Order: sequence, then C-alpha cells, then structure tokens
Amino acid sequence: MTSTPLVVLENVNKHFGDLHVLRDINLTVNSGEVVVVIGPSGSGKSTLCRTINRLETIDSGTITLDGQPLPAEGRGLAKLRSDVGMVFQSFNLFAHKTVLQNVTLGPTKVLRQGKAEAEKRGMELLDRVQIGDQAHKYPAQLSGGQQQRVAIARALAMNPKVILFDEPTSALDPEMVQEVLDVMTDLAREGMTMVVVTHEMGFARRAANRVIFMADGQIVEENTPDEFFTNPRSERAQDFLSKILTH
Amino acid sequence: MEAFLSNIDRVVDGFSWTVRLTLVSALLSFVLGILLTAMRASPVPLLRGLATSYVEGVRNTPLTLVLLFCGLGLNSALGLSMADSVAMDVFWWAVIGLSAYTACFVSESLRAGINTIPLGQVEAARSLGLTFTQNLRLIVIPQALRTVVGPLGSVLIALTKNTTVASVAGLGVQEASREMKLMFDQGIAPVLPTFVGFAIGFLILTLPTGYFFGWLSKRVAVVR
Repeated sequence: MTSTPLVVLENVNKHFGDLHVLRDINLTVNSGEVVVVIGPSGSGKSTLCRTINRLETIDSGTITLDGQPLPAEGRGLAKLRSDVGMVFQSFNLFAHKTVLQNVTLGPTKVLRQGKAEAEKRGMELLDRVQIGDQAHKYPAQLSGGQQQRVAIARALAMNPKVILFDEPTSALDPEMVQEVLDVMTDLAREGMTMVVVTHEMGFARRAANRVIFMADGQIVEENTPDEFFTNPRSERAQDFLSKILTH
Repeated sequence: MEAFLSNIDRVVDGFSWTVRLTLVSALLSFVLGILLTAMRASPVPLLRGLATSYVEGVRNTPLTLVLLFCGLGLNSALGLSMADSVAMDVFWWAVIGLSAYTACFVSESLRAGINTIPLGQVEAARSLGLTFTQNLRLIVIPQALRTVVGPLGSVLIALTKNTTVASVAGLGVQEASREMKLMFDQGIAPVLPTFVGFAIGFLILTLPTGYFFGWLSKRVAVVR
C-alpha cells in the first residue's frame, strides 16, 4: 500500500456562532487508507467530513487534497469536488432523475464523457452495487438501502480520489444496513481511500485502517481499530465505548 | 343574441388578439421570470438585490400603472418605438408591460418551488462538481418547475384576463374587451348578450387552461 498523503488537515478550526465545533484538527489521510471517524453526537465528526469538500467552510487552518489547497469557490472548487466523492446520510439522490441518470449526470456534465460511455460505466457500477435491474426506476421507488447503494455508485462514477461517507447507514432501517456496509467493505478492500463517519463499530473493526475518536470538536484518540476497541487510552473513549458496546 | 352573433367575426378577431397577447407575453414573462429567479438564488449580493427590488417593486405596482408607463411614458413621451405600424407598436408595448409585470409572479411561484427542494440534493450536486449554473439548470429549476406547474397555470389565467387592461391603460391595443367596447360605442350590439358572450369567450380560454395545468402538474410531479 502506498502512503502518500492525500487529504491533509492542519490546525483546522471552525465555529458555529459561539460553538467551537472543530478545534485545532490535524489529520492526514493517506492514499488507499480507510479512516473511520467515531464519537458522540455533536462531537464535530460530520462537520469534519463536510469540510473536506468544503460543504462547510473553515475559519482557520488549511486543508489540502493531493497537495493542492482547497479553492475558496468557483470553478476551481467545483473541479476539486469532482475528485472527492460524497455519500450522505439521507442519500440525496436527484428525485427527478432515474437511477441511471443519477449515476451518469456527473460524468456527462462535469467530466464531459459521452452519453453512451457514461451509461455503460454507470450500468457496470449499478451491477457492482447489485442494483442494475432498477436502473430505470426513480429514487422514490427504491428502498433506503437501495438508494444508498445508488448514491455510492453515483460517487464512484466520478472516479474520485477519495470518498467521504457522512453517516451512510444512520437513516436506514436495520435490515438494510448490512447491504450498504457490504458494498463499503468491498470498496475498502479494493483500496479506495475512504473517510467514514459512522456508528457502525463492526464496520470500523472490519474495514478501517485507522479509527479517529472525536469529542467536543477535538480528535481525542487515533489508533488502529484493534488497539482502539480493545485498549482505548483516553477516559472519554472508554466511556463512549462502554456505552455503545454494552447493548 | 342575433345581433351579437352577426358580429361574431369581430368577436373572434378580438379574441385572436387576446390569445396572441397572452401567448407572447406568457413566453416572455416565463423567460424573464426564470432569469429573475436565478438572480435571486445566486450567491452574488448585487444580482440578488437587483432581482428582489425589481420583483417587489413591480409586483406591488398596479398593472394599469405599469402599462400606462409603457404606453404614455416610454412609447408616447420618450418616443420609443417597437414597430412601424401603430397597431404593432402598441401590441409590443403591451407585451412588454404585461411581461414585466407577470414575470414577477412567475418568479415568486418558482421561488416557492425552489424552497421545496431538499438542500441535500443541492449539496449532492455540488459534491459531484457541478457549477452553480449547472446546479440551477439541471437540478433546481427542473424540479422547481414541476412543483409549481399548478400555480403557473393560475398566473397564465391571470395574464389572459389582464390583457384586457392593455386597451384601457393608454395602449389602444386590439384585444377582445376593446372590441366589445367598440361594438357598444358603435351601437351595433345589445349590451347584455354581448357582455355574456364575451365573458363566455374568456371562459373558453381560461377553463381549459386551468384543467390542462391541473392535469400537467399531476403528470410531471416529482415523487419524493
């Protein structure tokens, strides 16, 4: 596995009004690495995830992607975002477009691929997430798990350098969580660089190279999943794990 | 009634101009309305400010004043001309006045439609690398339009009826109600049947419009 730094956050700070949501965040995600971010609600983990493609702006510090600092706005920012996939908690599929159109929109409009080429690749990706037979349906006709798999295919269609997952299974019915996690686990195994904000500890253990534990806007602990889950060092992490692992 | 029917040619001719005024103004106000909406959604404060002031200003001005401004102000006083013949000149000034006014209502409807689109979809489009204009053109406006087909139908019906203001507000433009008034002035039409006849004429235009837009709004609705 290569270990070139792909996403680098240095001294990142962000406030929502009086609330200091990100405090001096330093984080490096290497190419091919799967970093899982966990922590209690309101710890800033989703915000952290969203700063990486500048859906949230930051107050101070720097974020670079592949060595390039994030552009503030305009075409430069759009170009950068096309290299960063994003999968949301609430899927956010385009409701007026079919499943296949959701997947081909980015490639045709941003990457300027031909329609036939984009559709061929789109179908491959939909087959890969096992939803090829639903390609011509609309998002509202699909279950949550199916919609989220389409959202993953939509992100993959851009050939991103990294994919951000912002609590991808939190809005799903329990029986649909696994089908989405399976797709994500496969991606991780294939070497996709991923930043995953999640409450799924099983996934973190199985697929992560590194676990980041956040609380109150800070990175409190950073370790391999084995080490983190069996031997958390900070009191905050011990407390958090005791609450979620007992039920 | 026979006196009315014997002048049916003039009635039909009047309504044909009503239809022309309506269609041309509808098209222009639709385009202008989308432009205003795009400006109001834009991240540039100057564009937002301009569009909002325009909409708030014109929307709250009586149509009669807007049309008088076009006819007496721009056309007569300033001598601006849109066409060689007087008939077409006033026609185009009426179109401009009606469109300038109706565009505000198109824009307001569309803005309501935009507010129904979940922010997440806009963020997803941004994440794919779509620019602001692509986002508007491919994600926001198409869905906003589908949600407001019904309200836009009401705007079109209002526009159809508003064309009658064009002939009384300084612009002696040819349309159905002016034809009716001329027929009264010339004493060739009995008052009551003529009124009823013209009212039915407007119903024939607007009722199907309402039904069509109602059907269309169900047809194109975005299922969420």
